[in-house]
Amino acid sequence: MLNRMLCAAALLCCAQAAVAEVAVSIGHLRVAQPLPPTLSNLDPVPGDLGLAGALTGLSDNATTGRFLGHSYALSDRDVPEGDDPLSAARTMLAEHRFLLLDAAPEVQLAIADLPEAEGALLFNISEGAGHLRDAECRANLLHTLPSDAMRTDALAQVLVQKRWTDLALITGTHPDDIAYADAMRRSLSKFGLKLRKEKTWAFDADMRRNASQEVPLFTQDLGDYDALIVADELHDFGRYVLYNTWVARPVIGSEGLSPVGWSPVIEQWGAAQLQSRFAEAHARDMAPEDYAAWAALRTIGEAVTRTGSADPAELRAYILSEAFELAGFKGRPLSYRRWNGQLRQPIAVVHPRALVAQAPLDGFLHRVNELDTIGLDEPESKCEAFR
Amino acid sequence: MKTMTALVTILTLAAVPALADEIWVTNEKDDTVSVIDIETLEVIKTYPTGERPRGITFSKDFSHLYICASDSDAVQVMDPETGEILHDLPSGEDPEQFVLHPDDVHLYIANEDDAITTVVDTRSRKVVAQIDVGVEPEGMAVSPDGKIAITTSETTNMAHWIDTETQQLFANTLVDSRPRHAEFIKDGAEMWVSSEIGGTITVFDTATQTEKAKIAFEVKGVHPDRVQPVGFEFTAGDSHAYVALGPSNHVAVVNADTYEVEDYILVGRRVWHMEFNRDRSRLFTTNGVSGDVTVIDVANREAIKSIKVGRFPWGAAFRPTE
Repeated sequence: MLNRMLCAAALLCCAQAAVAEVAVSIGHLRVAQPLPPTLSNLDPVPGDLGLAGALTGLSDNATTGRFLGHSYALSDRDVPEGDDPLSAARTMLAEHRFLLLDAAPEVQLAIADLPEAEGALLFNISEGAGHLRDAECRANLLHTLPSDAMRTDALAQVLVQKRWTDLALITGTHPDDIAYADAMRRSLSKFGLKLRKEKTWAFDADMRRNASQEVPLFTQDLGDYDALIVADELHDFGRYVLYNTWVARPVIGSEGLSPVGWSPVIEQWGAAQLQSRFAEAHARDMAPEDYAAWAALRTIGEAVTRTGSADPAELRAYILSEAFELAGFKGRPLSYRRWNGQLRQPIAVVHPRALVAQAPLDGFLHRVNELDTIGLDEPESKCEAFR
Repeated sequence: MKTMTALVTILTLAAVPALADEIWVTNEKDDTVSVIDIETLEVIKTYPTGERPRGITFSKDFSHLYICASDSDAVQVMDPETGEILHDLPSGEDPEQFVLHPDDVHLYIANEDDAITTVVDTRSRKVVAQIDVGVEPEGMAVSPDGKIAITTSETTNMAHWIDTETQQLFANTLVDSRPRHAEFIKDGAEMWVSSEIGGTITVFDTATQTEKAKIAFEVKGVHPDRVQPVGFEFTAGDSHAYVALGPSNHVAVVNADTYEVEDYILVGRRVWHMEFNRDRSRLFTTNGVSGDVTVIDVANREAIKSIKVGRFPWGAAFRPTE
């Protein structure tokens, strides 16, 4: 993949010779996070999650760049558990003024606060945590992965449209599950939906053997509801809840009908091209984390193409301006929220075999941009760093 | 004698429909082409094609139909009299859209997955040249004098200008996001490119390859993000452009001299490409999501009929039958 890209760059030759040379050097830093065991081994996490998307974005940028005399380079670094992420970040920042971060929220904030990160442009490609876009936002940290709130708001819009107004919730014990459940509760109240009952999943049985016995009992006292929300961001137990509930109701949230930043089932809006380009290069489907990394690379590429500059401050100003728009295969132009640096984007609501809806749904109106009906809107934002 | 008259009448009746001109439409998700009779405005035939047919065009004498069968990685050549696939042309991978050079021999094909424009000789059935262009090439055009070919690339956001003599790029010009379609007009003096996500049409001066005008669209009651120009065609004398605006479900009428938008016409859902009849009094638009073709009366600028075709109609081509 990389080799092919470099070959292409070497051939740049042909078209337009004398244009300003611009070289853009981008880093991808992954700080390993502990991954708890899950009940099923059906879905291993790919070793190049995120990075593969960045490579596809790099290749897209390079193809465009060769017509303009712009070149792009990407180097990546993995920090194993227990090593010091900040020293790795310092080294990366010494060479790259653009850095993609695949790291826990607190690590991302610490990196953004490094003196070396001042004036650099960082992209959060791995974390949906709300506080990174709110009170704890950083002026040099943009977010291409949708926030948890964007995803749960998207699901809530579908619930409103379907009039599934009475909900029940099962939450896992991992902090990501709890954060997702928090975002979900906020979305339900934002869109006037009712959470009838909730329970915590704290089993230690192996559900592959006895889900059909345990889950009906576990869900029996939830009473009646229109849909059952599962907050299981690690995909530990959720898959065993489907078709095993006491009452016959759809399962939504982390499993079943699920709001996602990207999915292999998205094929409209030209997405089939991106999916096939990605699959050909990396021999697997494109995940939301890959899309977020791709979008970060393409954001940099689009800004460089339009401004002819590689200066992070100039690019940041352009990226946050009205003029910036990114064609992201989601049916409308993507742009950044000027108050917190979040990439504004439609959210797909999918099941594993097809796209069901794409939020914002028709009828959810906004005085500025319908895309801002999902996620944290400007008036409620406590982010000061972008003002 | 009476029998004779009756027979003649029958023959005449039978002959009339066969003489009506036709619009041929590719159905991307049905792997078929639908043939619409322009007089009756009905689908009279449906022929099977290769996988995911998109671009469609006739040879200059209308004796051959070329179809981009994208997922079959081939350009198919069909006999329009019988619907029989005569042979495939080598096309490079994933051919999406193409244009036939005025010489009636060379097809310029956009290979969407490969960032390449392939030039094929339709007589020798050989690839003559492959030209590296931007990511996801789609829109294709050739100047009336045949000297310049254009490829637009959707993710690179450029119009690539190809010298057809050397088959080399001689200019690359940026346009707004996701360029989809290109056309030369006014005897090649201007070249227009639509940008789907940018929501604009850029008008280039061909001689200098510089931007001369930019046309924006605004459909009442539709969010600007959903006003997405895709295919467009020009009325007789290049006086007006009819522009498909994708998911806004409207076609815009643009004055090609003042670059002002004069009208918007409501059509089917996700309007994509279009084709005129012989005297350009009627326009046929392909509406992908609603799976139909809208017929527009050009003089009155109004939609007069929807014709159900296959799933996801994509391209359209006109065929005279006399």
